[in-house]
Amino acid sequence: MSHPFRDVAIVGVHNTAQARRLPGRHDSSSIALEAALGALSDAGIAAGEVDAVVGAASADAILELGLGPSIRRPSALGIAAILDAAALVTTGQSRVALALAGGAGVLQDTVAAPWTTPPNELVAGFGLFTAAEFALMARRHMITYGTTERQLATAAAVVRNNGHVNPEAVYYGRGPFTAEDILASPLVAEPFHLLDCATTSEGGTAIVLVHADRAKDEPRAVWILGGGSDAYGPAYTVAPVWDFSGRPGADPAGWVGARAAAASFAMAGLGPADVDVAELYDPFSFEIIRQLEAYGFCARGEGGPMVESGAIAPGGSLPVTTDGGTMSFSHAGMAAQQYQRVVRGVQQIRGECPTSQVPGAAVALCSNGGSGALFTDVLLLGPAQP
Amino acid sequence: MTDPSAEILAPQQPGFPVPPRSQRSEPFWEGCRNGRLVLPCCSACGARALRAFHVCSQCGMQALAWEMSAGRGSLYSWTVVWRAPHPGFATPYAPAVVQLDEGWWILSAVVGCAPEALRDGMSLQVEFHPASDEVSLPYFRPVRI
Repeated sequence: MSHPFRDVAIVGVHNTAQARRLPGRHDSSSIALEAALGALSDAGIAAGEVDAVVGAASADAILELGLGPSIRRPSALGIAAILDAAALVTTGQSRVALALAGGAGVLQDTVAAPWTTPPNELVAGFGLFTAAEFALMARRHMITYGTTERQLATAAAVVRNNGHVNPEAVYYGRGPFTAEDILASPLVAEPFHLLDCATTSEGGTAIVLVHADRAKDEPRAVWILGGGSDAYGPAYTVAPVWDFSGRPGADPAGWVGARAAAASFAMAGLGPADVDVAELYDPFSFEIIRQLEAYGFCARGEGGPMVESGAIAPGGSLPVTTDGGTMSFSHAGMAAQQYQRVVRGVQQIRGECPTSQVPGAAVALCSNGGSGALFTDVLLLGPAQP
Repeated sequence: MTDPSAEILAPQQPGFPVPPRSQRSEPFWEGCRNGRLVLPCCSACGARALRAFHVCSQCGMQALAWEMSAGRGSLYSWTVVWRAPHPGFATPYAPAVVQLDEGWWILSAVVGCAPEALRDGMSLQVEFHPASDEVSLPYFRPVRI
């Protein structure tokens, strides 16, 4: 049986400049469109060839890039949107699909970023925001497995140090950090200190997928080896309960993404030991530890010790989040950062990362979402057509 | 610098963003105003839900009912917030997931103890405090045993 994604390749990726504030940028659409042009240029494909666009800015892209009539899929984000785009290509509905996202002009200085505080009636009155939602999940893991604040801080230091050396990261040159530095930063929502948390920033990102025919002579093409998505319900509207589950017998919500990873590995015919680099989504340091366990890189409860062993640092057995992630590289709004782990994964497989390149990386796992948000998506990438 | 150990967690004073009341959760909000913890359950199978529902996730019946909880439970998870998302919230405060004796999980906040006294499984009792003229919120206080 042929692989479900054998007929689609990723041939273009691009991040715009990322910054806490981008001068002269006042809306998310404009920075997403700049990213789209960059990804098309990286792919060597004219905008006019695009016939499907996914992501929140898809309607604006179809209008401004002159793509009508074109397929529009505005609802999904990140890896879920990329899998939707890939499905449009593999089912023959599209030959060249564009995924784009961006965030600019939405941040204020006096209150938390708007995407962190959805005004739901059952949580808003208790001052919930994303750091607290993820903290409620992290606390339960600490109670069950003895995971420590220092282990969380060690994960944060690894990711932030990858950003420290990356000239494209918002926080380039702002390290290096030790676990002690993370623990010495102000508490935000225990167990998270400021440096355990994602930043907020502005920037855009885009990805171009094409039919395999179009990628035949493209040595930089990267292929989807597997993908999957898990969700347990609407994010940030009910109590984030680790042990809550839907289907009888299924993993509870704390392990969101475990099924998606297992499905991805099954599709690829691979296992966790085959992964060379894990571009893990890092909204909070705890998510690194949780995802290492959920995806099977170590036993459940062993994520903290795995981080302390040095395995996830550069040169370790499984380097993670090599661009600096949402903690240091960028977190530009609702969506852009959900694609950027895939952009980095593509760069790793191509061998094009200017910093923290994993030599000979042949399998990259990328993720987005997280336990506090009740959804997690997983994507496996490789250099050869599956 | 205040000494964190000197802090005793307290209910928020009105002035923070008040949650919008939805029609579907009206029995919950009306209960809170009257000092009663009224929560959603399924009248067909008895499942106790995270929020008001149209279809029971356990048995598939459209049989939403509301039951009164005794308001006793145990601390399941918590965080202590030191940097609030909005200036209307006084820090520190301690959002928590409480597991009620009847089986519900509810999001709330713990009051009446120091942040460092919070413990997994500690016994808690509900109490209500106004957020505005229309909305009261259920908080939980440690029970001395």
